[in-house]
Amino acid sequence: MKRIVSGWYILVAALREIFDEAAYARFLDRAGLDSSSEAYAAFRREFDEIKVRRPKCC
Amino acid sequence: MKKPLKVLGWGTVAVLGAVAVGTVAVHRGEPINALWLVVAATCCYALGYRFYSRFIAVKILALDGLRATPAERLENGRDFLVTNKWVVFGHHFAAIAGPGPLVGPVLAAQFGYLPGTMWVLAGAVFAGCVQDFVILLFSVRRDGKSLTEMAKDEIGRVGGFVAYVAVISILIILLGVAALIVVNALKASPWGTFTIAMTMPIALLMGVYLRRIRPGKVLEVSALGFVLVLAAIWGGQYVSQNPELARLFTFSASTLAILIMVYGFAASALPVWLLLAPRDYLSTFVKLGTIALLAVGIVALHPTLHMPALTRFVDGSGPVFAGKIFPFAFITIACGAISGFHALISSGTTPKLIARETETRMVGYGAMMCESAVAIMAIIAACVMQPGVYFAINSPAGVVGQAPATAAATISSWGFPVTAADMQALAHAVGEQTLYNRTGGAPAFAVGMAHIFSHSLGGDTLMALWYHFAIMFEALFILTILDAGTRVARFMVQDALGHVYKPLGRTSWYPSILGTSALIVAAWGYFLWQGVKDPLGGINSLWPLFGISNQLLATVALCVATTIIIKMHRAKYAAVTLAPLAWLVAVTFTASWQKMFDPNPRVGFLAQARALAAGPATGATGRLIFNNRLDAAVTGVLVVMVTLVLVESGRQWWGILSGTREAPVKEVPFVRTRLVEERG
Repeated sequence: MKRIVSGWYILVAALREIFDEAAYARFLDRAGLDSSSEAYAAFRREFDEIKVRRPKCC
Repeated sequence: MKKPLKVLGWGTVAVLGAVAVGTVAVHRGEPINALWLVVAATCCYALGYRFYSRFIAVKILALDGLRATPAERLENGRDFLVTNKWVVFGHHFAAIAGPGPLVGPVLAAQFGYLPGTMWVLAGAVFAGCVQDFVILLFSVRRDGKSLTEMAKDEIGRVGGFVAYVAVISILIILLGVAALIVVNALKASPWGTFTIAMTMPIALLMGVYLRRIRPGKVLEVSALGFVLVLAAIWGGQYVSQNPELARLFTFSASTLAILIMVYGFAASALPVWLLLAPRDYLSTFVKLGTIALLAVGIVALHPTLHMPALTRFVDGSGPVFAGKIFPFAFITIACGAISGFHALISSGTTPKLIARETETRMVGYGAMMCESAVAIMAIIAACVMQPGVYFAINSPAGVVGQAPATAAATISSWGFPVTAADMQALAHAVGEQTLYNRTGGAPAFAVGMAHIFSHSLGGDTLMALWYHFAIMFEALFILTILDAGTRVARFMVQDALGHVYKPLGRTSWYPSILGTSALIVAAWGYFLWQGVKDPLGGINSLWPLFGISNQLLATVALCVATTIIIKMHRAKYAAVTLAPLAWLVAVTFTASWQKMFDPNPRVGFLAQARALAAGPATGATGRLIFNNRLDAAVTGVLVVMVTLVLVESGRQWWGILSGTREAPVKEVPFVRTRLVEERG
């Protein structure tokens, strides 16, 4: 049971990382902000510069 | 587990794998069950991971769990970040999995299921996984440096320059081919076109939702977007059955090509949050879900493969693309066995997330094994169809004829019976007007996938929905690659132009954004247009060009890896990267030579140009001749550049081994990790 729960947490963490939710949470922590439309806009401004330079494979 | 039990367990896996591979390899006559491929692949991957990757990790790379990685030393919460290994694995797999392992194996199925299966298994275990693994580790030991930077540091300026040009070339050719696959899947298909068109307002809606309504809730909005896409697929059926609406969404290949170019330009120039980011999330959501669903479907249904092990087309006379099994099967499969492009990702985001060196084995080697498993699924999807149906879908009109009866008669005369009535019934079942001349691999994969899904879930009544789900799945993530790829290429060009005139390098300066976006779209748009107008369907010329450039980049990556291994005083094990390098050189140089100089006009670009010049002149003849000469020139330039890297690498190896040249290791000095103490 413990393994299933731990597996579930890892799956959720992987999905949150792939879908950038974790990056947004780290941004809020770092900037000391609460989630809001403005905070998300600031996150995207900072993050998009890195994200759009990443190649995606064929 | 006690040692005798381990030996018994791995011995059983080895015997089972040998039986499965043997059955796949020697079975002839009666159709074979797809489960043999699944068992063979599972055992090969398990053995490759357990023994071969461990050998590389221990004997060559000497992975050190106590050495701090850049994620720990340079952690900044943005790109450098200590991350759980499974999370990095998922992230890396999501980045390397694209349409290549789906389309390449489907096209290569014209040789039968055997060549593709064998190359996917052997190529992944001994070449592709090794490349991804060693490049990832070497990048980790160099603060996450990119392949082009490592090539410059380890081989010299020539290596760095060639890697840069190869990346740009691959991107442009890839984007042109990817767009052509979408065009061929959507032409004269109101259902498919409507569904894909709807993904754009859905992505815009997701962008606004993320920005204004629920900031940052990406998984939630992706699930919502997925439900809306499913509704669009369902709605597409209504559109295709309504004559007025169907006419609105029925486009020729040329019109679709122009629309896709306009889309590519807009996606490159618009703010990322509005279209590119939500579309990327939606595409990733669908991609991961569909791959998992397909794996379950194949195991649950375990369909029979109707394609023979080997077809008569191993002699090079294939209708899907011309060229003999060697080298073209290996060029065509590309990403399912080895992809140079993966080296960019292994030296991009991933090395900056790795917490411990020992995890590079699971992430680098393991994720490529999963990519290879996707290629095996694509082979199964292509080979569950009756061969006659497969060839009817994938053969261009220029080879089998325009009229359904003529095409069916030509394909039947090859020993693969199919009738016009069969094809009409199949087209009707999947909700299309026709399935002839749907080159590019995507429609054939969609028919195979719909066949598997409809037999597992929903029966024949849902065949049309599954087919369009598969088309949507492929087109969605191909379009994501188009917009992301156009941006990546734009940034690379802007970086280079910034050295000439500073403002051109500024990614926020609109004249530069518009100019470089237009330049990149014009470059891949040229190849797309060439493919659309090609009487042989375009894929015959462009997919090998893409395969060659992709494998040439892998050649550069393996040169870098071999150089570093020799500098690490592990020359006696250099065969681990040298053997795949030698194979790739043999394959890519032979393929390049044949694509340039083969006297058969269906194979050689220059021979085709000569044949066109000698034939009756039409309005398009001049352009077709120019296109073929351009393709030959592009191939030639790539080969010359990679030859320079090989020569430069060879000089390095000879100098180091003969003791006339120093071998400075460019990795960062050892720093002991603090993570071990923190974890207790």
